[in-house]
Amino acid sequence: MTQTEAQQINAQIDAGQIAVEVNGERRQVPQGASVAELLGLIGLAAPKVAVERNLEIVPRSAWATTPLAEGDRLEIVHFIGGG
Amino acid sequence: MQADEGRVEEGRVEEGWTVAGRHFRSRLIVGTGRYKDLPETKAAIEASGAEIVTVAVRRVNLSDASQPMLQDFVSPDRFTYLPNTAGCFTAQDAVRTLRLAREAGGWNLVKLEVLGPPPFLYPDMAATFEAAAALLADGFEVMVYCADDPVAAKRLEEMGCVAIMPLGAPIGSGLGVANPFMIKAIIAQARVPVLVDAGIGTASDAALAMELGCDAVLLNSAIAHARDPVRMARAMKAAVEAGRDAFLAGRMPRSTAADPSSPTSGLIR
Repeated sequence: MTQTEAQQINAQIDAGQIAVEVNGERRQVPQGASVAELLGLIGLAAPKVAVERNLEIVPRSAWATTPLAEGDRLEIVHFIGGG
Repeated sequence: MQADEGRVEEGRVEEGWTVAGRHFRSRLIVGTGRYKDLPETKAAIEASGAEIVTVAVRRVNLSDASQPMLQDFVSPDRFTYLPNTAGCFTAQDAVRTLRLAREAGGWNLVKLEVLGPPPFLYPDMAATFEAAAALLADGFEVMVYCADDPVAAKRLEEMGCVAIMPLGAPIGSGLGVANPFMIKAIIAQARVPVLVDAGIGTASDAALAMELGCDAVLLNSAIAHARDPVRMARAMKAAVEAGRDAFLAGRMPRSTAADPSSPTSGLIR
């Protein structure tokens, strides 16, 4: 980590935000936000999706109790048409 | 008279097929991809009479999470969703994808496909074996897309796969059943359902696959890329039924010489 990156992260933490990667995109979320809160921020209220955090599935039952951490990599997937 | 009645009765038998303990009347499984839009997907699937539909697992579009979803048009309450691993080129990706599918939908019955590189996307059998072993150990019921290779097919069955699905021809090629003899060989030795998956181009291809003795046929592009997908879906439904009936009825022997159908006696002179 470069000094500039470290400073950026510190600035975010001061502002109460952390950076996570969701489906390949960098996103700011409030510090302490859970997976369920992230889904709410994206606008996925009660959908049929699955969530993977750092290559491990987060079961639906654990969405509300799984806090996000700086640098987490999340995949949020659903079913689409396919053959 | 008795025997004739029996025969008529036999012709009426509504049989269906069973995979992993689930019974289905339709022997046609259709994909839900490559349609113009979701209403067309819905109309074509309804016309096909299929009870199982394959679906892909993909990232949610974060910029527009409210866009219409497949489930709104093809209800998972009415159709059995069969999640696939399309686009997976490694065993690891395939297993990861199906674990997510199980979490999203709660389904254990899945379609495994691990593909080799373009231009053929031919099944990568080494990776398919690896992924199948991992999925079976994890409690999945695996319907497996595979090469038309009787040795590989038997091994997948012995591992515990619930259906063997050799390709008729490369995915989306529409070339039909390129090697009917190998498909027949796979069927002859199988104790689990065998489906021709991929390659079907038109109704006669589907009928041929069923005449070989397949339990069902899986296709997508042949319907979705037809000029009139809904009409082709209907044609496929009829073709699969006709092919199955022809298989059960037993075709007449081939002969190189003519054998007249009308009596040769009683001709006017």
